[in-house]
Amino acid sequence: MKPEGQLNSSSDRLRDPSAARPPRTSIWLAFVSIGAVIVAQTYAILTSPAEGDMGHLQKIMYVHVPAAWMTFLSFFVVFAFSVRYLWQRRENDDLLAASAAEVGATFNGLTLMLGMIWGRPAWGVWWVWDARLTSTLVLFLIFVGYLALRAFTDDTQQKARWSAAVGAIGALNVPIVYMSVKWWRTLHQPPSSPATLDPRYTMGLRLNAIALLLVMIYFIRKRYEIARLERATEHMAEAAAMGGK
Amino acid sequence: MKRGWIIGGAAVIVAVFAWLLFGGLQKNVVFFLTPKELLAKGTDGVGVPVRLGGQVKPGSVKWNAQTLDLRFIVTDGAREVPVHSTGAPPQMFRDGMGVVVEGRFGTAGVFEATGLMVKHSNEYRPPKPGEEAHEKYKTLIQQSSQ
Repeated sequence: MKPEGQLNSSSDRLRDPSAARPPRTSIWLAFVSIGAVIVAQTYAILTSPAEGDMGHLQKIMYVHVPAAWMTFLSFFVVFAFSVRYLWQRRENDDLLAASAAEVGATFNGLTLMLGMIWGRPAWGVWWVWDARLTSTLVLFLIFVGYLALRAFTDDTQQKARWSAAVGAIGALNVPIVYMSVKWWRTLHQPPSSPATLDPRYTMGLRLNAIALLLVMIYFIRKRYEIARLERATEHMAEAAAMGGK
Repeated sequence: MKRGWIIGGAAVIVAVFAWLLFGGLQKNVVFFLTPKELLAKGTDGVGVPVRLGGQVKPGSVKWNAQTLDLRFIVTDGAREVPVHSTGAPPQMFRDGMGVVVEGRFGTAGVFEATGLMVKHSNEYRPPKPGEEAHEKYKTLIQQSSQ
């Protein structure tokens, strides 16, 4: 006889192969995305001439700008799945939002670091507290806080609820970061567009954006896969501890 | 009940963001004043720490390599403020470039800068054929190291 009780639902779910087995991220996506970065960077560095004001410093753009875009995209994913979690309470939505938050925070940190490395020679300062830089740092801190919150909360449902609230609200900062240079007077310049960018820079920037998009997708998928495995292990350990007498 | 709290909390946060955008902060989140705005302050703008931003008026840069004394005029197209600064400027500093200076506007009508930042535009273009990249900073460094 099978042991009866409230645990049945979770142990049944573990027996269901489609629920227990996390999605497998193809290793090819790793090769393709890293390969795309190498190709796009090589193309951009080889084809772009020295810029009129800043010479070869302009090449920092090929990582700084796409990294900022991927920050926004990742946090948009966090927003979408956090809201859906709050609405439908599906565990996997929470795990996907958390995976995107981790990747987004990484891109956010990269954007800040490269911005500082670019700012020192171009502006003469590593950092200023203007609206763009400050709001970008606030965005980073919100999601570092999000990850800390998850690390310090043991109860998985509580963790999911709290982080969904923080993730959804924190992501509201994304449009503020984007618009900060238009709404307020800042040291950081407003966004460039194909009209303000020489065509020889535009293609390199687009290619690198696609390459980093692939990297972002790979990272989020892979992190999600690991999160699913971790959670399945936790469920199994829980079931074993409670059912194993 | 819980959902009510979340919706209520979200409404408060949206209201705070809206206030930040359209209310109080709109005027205060200004990283620098233009020459016109600084001069419009009259005596209120004198002797207080402030940032001034604008364009380096072409032809106004006077650089003394021995004393590291730098003088130039910041303009916004409408008004002009003479600026005095010491030390080598950022490498992208040149005639016609956007700048933000930190310091105090003196009673003599000269802005005494303690910090000098270059403000780049969102335009990125290589020099046109026959034109040289602006590498004034190199000549500045060479002059000051002589």
